Amino acid sequence: MTVSAAPVEDAVMLSPADIADKEPVPPLRAAVRSPFCRAAGLGLAGLARLLAGASVRWIASQPDTCQRVYFANHTSHLDALVVWSSLPQSVRELTRPVAAKDYWSRGFVRRWLAEEVFDAILIDRTDIKVHQSPVDMMIREAGTTHSLIVFPEGGRSVTGEIGEFKSGLYYLAKKRPDLELIPVHIDNLNRVLPRGEFLPVPLLSCISFGPPMWLERGEAKLDFLARSRRAVLALKE
Amino acid sequence: MNDNRTIALVAGVLALLTAATAVGQFLKRHPDRGLDPAAIRTFNNRLRGWWILCTVLAAAFWLGTTATVILFGLVSFWALREFITLTPTRKGDHRALFWVFFLFTPLHYVLVGLNRYDVFSVFLPVYATLFVLARVAFAGDYKRFLERTAKIQAGLVVCVYCLSFAPALLQIPIAGASDADRTGNFRLLFFLILLVQFADCMQYVWSRMLGQRLVAPAVSSNRTWEGLLGSATSTALLAAALWWAAPPFQLWQATLAGLVVAVMGFAGGMTMSAIKRDRGVKDYGTLVVGHGGVLDRIDSMCFAAPVFYHITLLITGVKPG
Repeated sequence: MTVSAAPVEDAVMLSPADIADKEPVPPLRAAVRSPFCRAAGLGLAGLARLLAGASVRWIASQPDTCQRVYFANHTSHLDALVVWSSLPQSVRELTRPVAAKDYWSRGFVRRWLAEEVFDAILIDRTDIKVHQSPVDMMIREAGTTHSLIVFPEGGRSVTGEIGEFKSGLYYLAKKRPDLELIPVHIDNLNRVLPRGEFLPVPLLSCISFGPPMWLERGEAKLDFLARSRRAVLALKE
Repeated sequence: MNDNRTIALVAGVLALLTAATAVGQFLKRHPDRGLDPAAIRTFNNRLRGWWILCTVLAAAFWLGTTATVILFGLVSFWALREFITLTPTRKGDHRALFWVFFLFTPLHYVLVGLNRYDVFSVFLPVYATLFVLARVAFAGDYKRFLERTAKIQAGLVVCVYCLSFAPALLQIPIAGASDADRTGNFRLLFFLILLVQFADCMQYVWSRMLGQRLVAPAVSSNRTWEGLLGSATSTALLAAALWWAAPPFQLWQATLAGLVVAVMGFAGGMTMSAIKRDRGVKDYGTLVVGHGGVLDRIDSMCFAAPVFYHITLLITGVKPG
């Protein structure tokens, strides 16, 4: 079995207990957020759902506050916001979108939204350092309480087809095998706010959450990435 | 609400709904009557829909003309959302669609609310059309140009323009009523809604009972000529029976209006059916789970409203605006 390019830092299985031992539990951001930011979050979640007309389906799956990684196809800047809004409030407060730093730290409003309202984990796509890989950062930021929303394609698809998944999801699953991986399919949001547009058209979109999956023992990276991509595609129907 | 005709109409509708609900609940509790349980469920669902419809309408009527116009505006907006969602558009249509949703649709309803018949009667069919054509051309994507612009145009006309003639009925001056007294207009609008709903229902009932010849089997598998004929006759009879409730009409005029409303409603259902068949969906709600599809509910209304409006103007000879 040949796995292409072993990860830089050897993939050590970490259990939540290990993490809790190794580093102090990160402060619960949801608890320290100001009431204003929480209210803004609620308002924004409502607005996003109204504007994107999102209907939410849980297919063979249930919302839960356990630690999860929601992975979705990426078609629009609204994706993270709408998936985050589609979760019930108790789940939403524990869920942090993983988003591109180059987009979300530009300008005061976006930075405030990303940092204070969604509590996003911003990944620098242009400057990935070996000792500070995005996956390590996600694991550290998730700690033992938070769930993550990731877009394994790494960027928005141009054609509307779901592109190949990048390997980050695999390393995330390998290092934290206790996390439930939930496939999410986002339908029609690319028409609400296509690439390169800044004014939305209020069409109806649909967010489907699928059943949890895990990395199988000994499953090769490419097999796993193909399987997870199929899991998202399967929700399209 | 203080005249006898309104009281009679409200009491009649309430009594009918209550009686139907009682029957529906009775049949639900006694499944051993040999009736199709699915049909009973459909009947009860429909009834619930009518209760909601009547409650919302009553609230809007009580709040006045502006509230009613806003209510219809919201319904139009949502129906247009469903229409465009199911219609494939390209990226080059995006900016045109933005203005269609956030400028043309709201502005049209503002004009309806302001009773500017001279402007709103041409605003969408002429000016919005020209804008959409030009804006899509400026966006630089010429692929299937006429098809794409025609889709947006059709959505605007059916979902927004045609439906807006229903609240526009509230602005027609009625002989013998003062400007401040709009009860007659509200009764006229309710008369239209009642006829449309009744025609829909009768179409279904007559098709089920006597339906033999399908109008267009490829488009709709349950709309028959017998259903159309039966629905037109029954609706005309109901309109005749209720002619006293619709202020500007005499008996024969109300009957004619009922006939035309039934035929137009049928045409609306057929049209939406054709669009849905082409897009491969059963109803506009299937895209959105747990949501009935606004467009499915108002398709007959969209087709009947403008014709009813103009019949009213022609018959009564009043000038709009």
